[in-house]
Amino acid sequence: MSPVVIVGAGPAGIRAAQTLVAHGVRPILLDEAARGGGQIYRRQPANFKRSAVKLYGFEAHKASAIHQTIDDLHEQLDYRPDTLVWNAETAALDTLHDGRATRLEFSRVIVATGATDRVLPVPGWTLPGVYSLGAAQIALKFQGCAIGERVVFAGSGPLLYLVAYQYAKAGANVLAVLDSSPFSAQARALPGLLAQPATLAKGIYYRSWLTAHGIPVHQGASLIEINGEQRVQSLNWRNAKGSQHLECDAVAFAHGLRSETQLADLLGCEFTWNPLNRAWLPQRDSAGRSSIPEIYLAGDGAGIMGADAAEMAGERAALAVLEDSGYLIPPQRGNQLEHALNRIGSFRKGLEQAFAFPEDWAANAADHLIICRCEEVRAGEIRQVVREGHWEINRVKAHCRVGMGRCQGRMCGAAAAEIIACESQRGVSDIGRLRAQSPIKPLPFGLEVEP
Amino acid sequence: MIEVDAIIIGGGIVGASAALFLSKAGRRVALLERDFCGSHSSGVNYGGVRRQGRPLSQLPLSQQAHEIWSQLPQLLGIDGEYQRSGHLKLARSFNDLRALQDYAASSQGFGLDLQILDRDELRARFPWVGDVAVGASFCPDDGNANPRLVSPAFAQTARRHGAQVHEQCAVTAVEHDGQRFRVNTANGLELRAPWLLNCAGAWAGKLAEQFGEAVPMHAGHPAMLVTEPLPLVMNASTGVEGGGIYARQVTRGNCVLGGGQGFALDDARARPGQNAVLEILRQAVELYPFLEGAQAIRTWSGTEGYLPDRQPVIGHSGTQPGLLHGFGFAGAGFQIGPAVGQALTEIICSGASTTSLDAFSITRFHSISVA
Repeated sequence: MSPVVIVGAGPAGIRAAQTLVAHGVRPILLDEAARGGGQIYRRQPANFKRSAVKLYGFEAHKASAIHQTIDDLHEQLDYRPDTLVWNAETAALDTLHDGRATRLEFSRVIVATGATDRVLPVPGWTLPGVYSLGAAQIALKFQGCAIGERVVFAGSGPLLYLVAYQYAKAGANVLAVLDSSPFSAQARALPGLLAQPATLAKGIYYRSWLTAHGIPVHQGASLIEINGEQRVQSLNWRNAKGSQHLECDAVAFAHGLRSETQLADLLGCEFTWNPLNRAWLPQRDSAGRSSIPEIYLAGDGAGIMGADAAEMAGERAALAVLEDSGYLIPPQRGNQLEHALNRIGSFRKGLEQAFAFPEDWAANAADHLIICRCEEVRAGEIRQVVREGHWEINRVKAHCRVGMGRCQGRMCGAAAAEIIACESQRGVSDIGRLRAQSPIKPLPFGLEVEP
Repeated sequence: MIEVDAIIIGGGIVGASAALFLSKAGRRVALLERDFCGSHSSGVNYGGVRRQGRPLSQLPLSQQAHEIWSQLPQLLGIDGEYQRSGHLKLARSFNDLRALQDYAASSQGFGLDLQILDRDELRARFPWVGDVAVGASFCPDDGNANPRLVSPAFAQTARRHGAQVHEQCAVTAVEHDGQRFRVNTANGLELRAPWLLNCAGAWAGKLAEQFGEAVPMHAGHPAMLVTEPLPLVMNASTGVEGGGIYARQVTRGNCVLGGGQGFALDDARARPGQNAVLEILRQAVELYPFLEGAQAIRTWSGTEGYLPDRQPVIGHSGTQPGLLHGFGFAGAGFQIGPAVGQALTEIICSGASTTSLDAFSITRFHSISVA
């Protein structure tokens, strides 16, 4: 009998593993990182000694609990860190660890692949000193260093205020927070946000803290361009009052998160358009079952819900694995989790309203703006292909290379879709879905192959 | 009801070039493509534009194609990244080198100008080739191009010359009423024409079968991958005698490699599969040691038709007047495709092609029962 495999050791993957172990199953847990925890609860290297409170703030107890869980499970599961899943075929995952390629057959798999920042480029975004919000956070949490001495945070989404707060707390000079969503949107979103009063309170706390410490927080503020010769020297932004200039040496920006869905795609899962995430997501039922019987989905990789939801979804998916494998699982716990996940879902709707997607981004993007940094494809080149009659995103990719480089569209795919939709005057859901192709991340020549 | 002179099924390089040449000759053409023009084998192949290594029977047509390729910018308005880099076919044993010598001898007179290189000459001229190669055959005027750009451009140019190009337009019914073909499509088009061109690649067998001449064709799925951009090293497109992998480097530095077979996801989509990918990575470092440590960033495959003799079917139907075939190129249709489109055009416009197509007649399968 092939093992049950979990891909991803973030909050979803770890809770899934714990649940399986509790029922006597010994899963294989594959982790691309060196230590379990995922991104939001990313652990510092073993020889770093900062406290959990210092690293994770309000979330310290949750982070510690997740880390404790995976440490305690050490003996009861087959944990494989530093392991990239680069390909998947029916009932098998292809992994790469330490220069060695191995095929891993599974009976069932829980895909908990997490998320990355959703990046909407601005001129100058490829300059050294420009980071995504998630990357800025990782630099701080993992390596204990700031991205610069005079830092500006821009974009939207809950991470914007959290990262700005963490930087300021760590002693960095945060010059400003530029939130692209207007205050009115956030007021309108309040009813939805009240579904999670504690989370809402934290968000308000971060913002109030920033203001109380003299850090300007601007709403309805769009990042216009980042300037510099060799690296970031300044930026321009704009709000209703007009254009502003700000000298700085680092910028972190993003507009929320996007799910890492390549593995689900390679596994053959059906996808549907999700308006809330403004993305194609693998289909799943309330327990995390995908369109394929052996494949389960949990956490942000199947739709952005945040770390708390990921823990619950991981446990729920593991219970579904057990149910489907013939274990007698009392329904109460599963129902409870689904109920809680539903509540977080309502909160998510509020968040999307509060941090509204900048619908005018594509129309305002200049032709010379680089969209795909791997292949250096500019907005104008994408538009030119669309004007030649192409509108399906994979065809546009074939013609101008957008999304064809190292990252395979993971960084630029969302922005490219917006440009194509805008130029072809179609909905962003009506231009097809960028198909995943292996390898999910680059694969070196000269690797060893396990027979 | 759309009345035209010729209905072409399949918007790959063969069908699209036929549409282009027929339109230029003043014929009314409708090109029907189930997906997008050049989105299958014609657009996702390796991009080799190569005469060397083809069966001798294909060389006259391949030479004609060579002329068309030399006029590509004038014909399509783009260069399609076409370059005559030369094609280097490597031998890994002295037996293989002898086979290359034999081919060079027998293909004399077709204009390939092959040069046989022994080990020292190979090292001197192409120092990036690995020690496993004991010699090679070099065809200086062969080369490579970007199929993603070239194949759709044939359809686009045909459209500019007046051809109707219908994409996402699957054919649902074909019949001949004694005078004309009637074709219906899933999106509600109804077309009529005295000529019907079956250029449907791996999916062409169904139409042939409908007209009582089934062919023993199977679908294959060549596996391919591309590296991140690397310093420019490879100044020729390469292949290996006896099969194996093939590789070229594009101007922006990416190396494109192919070899082995992938698998079908469904009737229209394929993936290279882990086996083929790992095998390409393994063989590549032997043949091209500079690739050690480089990274493959993307893999892909397509769906291509193969007949048992690995020769295409080109020319008249043996059972239905007015029906012309052009399919089954066994992974080697990209270079020769435009000449096939031209030959089919000649049949319609002047009654016969200037180059003999006898070797590719579908009638060679008429006596074979197809399982």
